[in-house]
Amino acid sequence: MKSAVVLLPGLNRDRDMIAALTKISGTPPVTIWQTDTEIPDVDLIAIPGGFSFGDYLRCGAIAARMPVMRAVAEKAARGVMVIGVCNGFQILVEAGLLPGALMRNTSLKFVCRQVKLQIANANTMFTRRYQPGQIIRSPVAHHDGNYFADAETLRRLEGEGQVVFRYAEGTNPNGSINDIAGIINSQGNVLGLMPHPENLIEAAHGGSDGRALFESALGIAA
Amino acid sequence: MIKARITVTLKNGVLDPQGKAIEHALSGMGFDGVGQVRQGKVFDVELAESDKAKAEADLKAMCDRLLANTVIENYAVEIA
Repeated sequence: MKSAVVLLPGLNRDRDMIAALTKISGTPPVTIWQTDTEIPDVDLIAIPGGFSFGDYLRCGAIAARMPVMRAVAEKAARGVMVIGVCNGFQILVEAGLLPGALMRNTSLKFVCRQVKLQIANANTMFTRRYQPGQIIRSPVAHHDGNYFADAETLRRLEGEGQVVFRYAEGTNPNGSINDIAGIINSQGNVLGLMPHPENLIEAAHGGSDGRALFESALGIAA
Repeated sequence: MIKARITVTLKNGVLDPQGKAIEHALSGMGFDGVGQVRQGKVFDVELAESDKAKAEADLKAMCDRLLANTVIENYAVEIA
């Protein structure tokens, strides 16, 4: 399985994402710059976390209008897997590849801590190596992770199993509606989540709860 | 040249934690009778365009495609 990582000015978790993909798949991902209009033939495109364009206007808003995102949208439409983590999730909703919006945390504080996540749908390309309902640990680090969608969108997301990760056991760090931490598109190949699974993949991280996400997507046996 | 002011506000029903914090701060400062406060954004845009209708259409397209997130925000375009 081949992967690619999107690079934009202001992202700062790109090295973590590259390290995770390299360690888990055995092959370094190709990197794509914001002005690139073509993406090589890959199975998975990852948009890492950070503060693209300084979070100007709205988190992810400027990044979502860069040429590379048109290329990502074309790949997504053809079924290529896309994962956006943290700022990457914000970019995917701003680009319209995922529904809803990510707003300022209700606490108004930047949260940097470990939360618990429930696997709300283990029947996706990204979560098939987890058990349904399984609780895993994951770090979060964000200021704008408060997921919002209108009532109709929310009903559709809940009804179609598009809510993939939920903050569990009272650990919702941002006021996100229905404790939503991560969602998938209706085609099932574009995933966005605020937590950072790439930061919990080996013993040196204090655990490897995030590893199965990449193993699921990359089709690697645990 | 046309000068325009675009105002972007949160839709009703969308929680505005920043507006809430400002509301509490104003009350705490002794401004009595402060009701709800909602925070928004203002953009002053200059356009090299003389046709008002064309300018307005362009400005609305700018709002729809970048300046506002219409999932959570409304916008108003005002041409000076």
